[in-house]
Amino acid sequence: MVNVDDYVSQIEGTCGAEKDVIVVFKFEKKDEAIANILKKATVKNKIAGIIFELTFQDQSFRLYSSGKAIFRGVKNKQALNSLLEKLLL
Amino acid sequence: MYEKARERIAKFINAKNSNGVVFVRGTTEAINLVAYSWGLNNLGKGDEVLVSIMEHHSNIVPWEIIAKLKGFEIKYSKVNNDGTLDYTDFERKLCNKTKIVCLSHVSNVTGVINDVKLIGKIAHENGALMLVDGAQSVPHMPVDVEDLDMDFMAFSGHKMLGPTGIGVLYGKKEVLEKMSPFQGGGEMIREVAYNQRKEKCGIVWNELPWKFEAGTPNIEGAIGLGAAVKYLDEIGMDNVLDHEKQLAKYALKRMQKNNKVVVHGPENLSEKLGIISFSIEGLSSHDVALLFDNYGVMIRSGYHCAQPLHQIFKLDSSARASFYVYNTEAEVDRFIEILKELDQL
Repeated sequence: MVNVDDYVSQIEGTCGAEKDVIVVFKFEKKDEAIANILKKATVKNKIAGIIFELTFQDQSFRLYSSGKAIFRGVKNKQALNSLLEKLLL
Repeated sequence: MYEKARERIAKFINAKNSNGVVFVRGTTEAINLVAYSWGLNNLGKGDEVLVSIMEHHSNIVPWEIIAKLKGFEIKYSKVNNDGTLDYTDFERKLCNKTKIVCLSHVSNVTGVINDVKLIGKIAHENGALMLVDGAQSVPHMPVDVEDLDMDFMAFSGHKMLGPTGIGVLYGKKEVLEKMSPFQGGGEMIREVAYNQRKEKCGIVWNELPWKFEAGTPNIEGAIGLGAAVKYLDEIGMDNVLDHEKQLAKYALKRMQKNNKVVVHGPENLSEKLGIISFSIEGLSSHDVALLFDNYGVMIRSGYHCAQPLHQIFKLDSSARASFYVYNTEAEVDRFIEILKELDQL
């Protein structure tokens, strides 16, 4: 059964006062991950097809065509995992 | 080869002789070595350690740890609005209680160059030692430890084309000789003689610099750093400095044309090296870094291990571009082009 770990290579907490989280998708699965996310989230803005400003269930985030996404103000690991499950699977 | 690397590095920083060059894991370990070996034995209640607010955490945290154990005070010198050191405040806080002054030669956030020779002179006049964090200076400009007359200088291999996990603590022979070892084990002892009658071991430390190099050393790291130093020597550190300053000047000039970009640090290039920290109006530094990453350009985002300075600047974080010998003007052009893309966000 496919799960979040099949898509995600690593999750990093950012350094700084902002408690952001950067999700790095596995290189071989990044196109599929991006396609899945774009199907479900609402695009608010996009630049040259490489950066997408998105919202999904009141959560705003940015997705980069390099295969990374930055989420702001996610409460905890569980909340992030639940969000990723909904977006990716 | 290991000892030849030491000699080469000693020559690179113009140390009188190579026994003042101690191989460590990096700048952080070098400062910890001084804090634990010298600090634990020489600092106590009523003493003060003077650092600046622009320091990297590695020149703050070891002193804070030792201060808790020994009860001395740490004084933080202020910076001006442009990130340059407030020399008046520094001198005001340097007093006869100050036992050691710990200052970065170059700020890893703003690129500000501190006049460590002047500060060292004042420190010595007050009977204090001078420790310089050279992590951002030794790789980027000519550094002469004899001329600067510093007691300790710390720097890292990975910031100067060398491997990770290797660095140097330079120390004056007369200061290092009075210090106890930082770690115990093999290599750092001359003798561990067991007295059968007393059932005790008598230990005699090894000579400098091996007294501070317990255990199997990072041989390949030291040789790698030696090779990096040879390479930089061949280019010439004056040329390295000149190249970076040219790039910084070129980048700054073009960055200042972008209204959304705020550069942190002095505008006067004579006061700084090729490190440019900046913020983009309305964007987190991590967004900025990810955007650059998308184009294959690496910059740093966050606190850069200098949270106190960011607090003074009232910043949650910052983005940082830095230049080295391998960067070109064409890469700066690319950097500026990408910066323009940010206008659309």
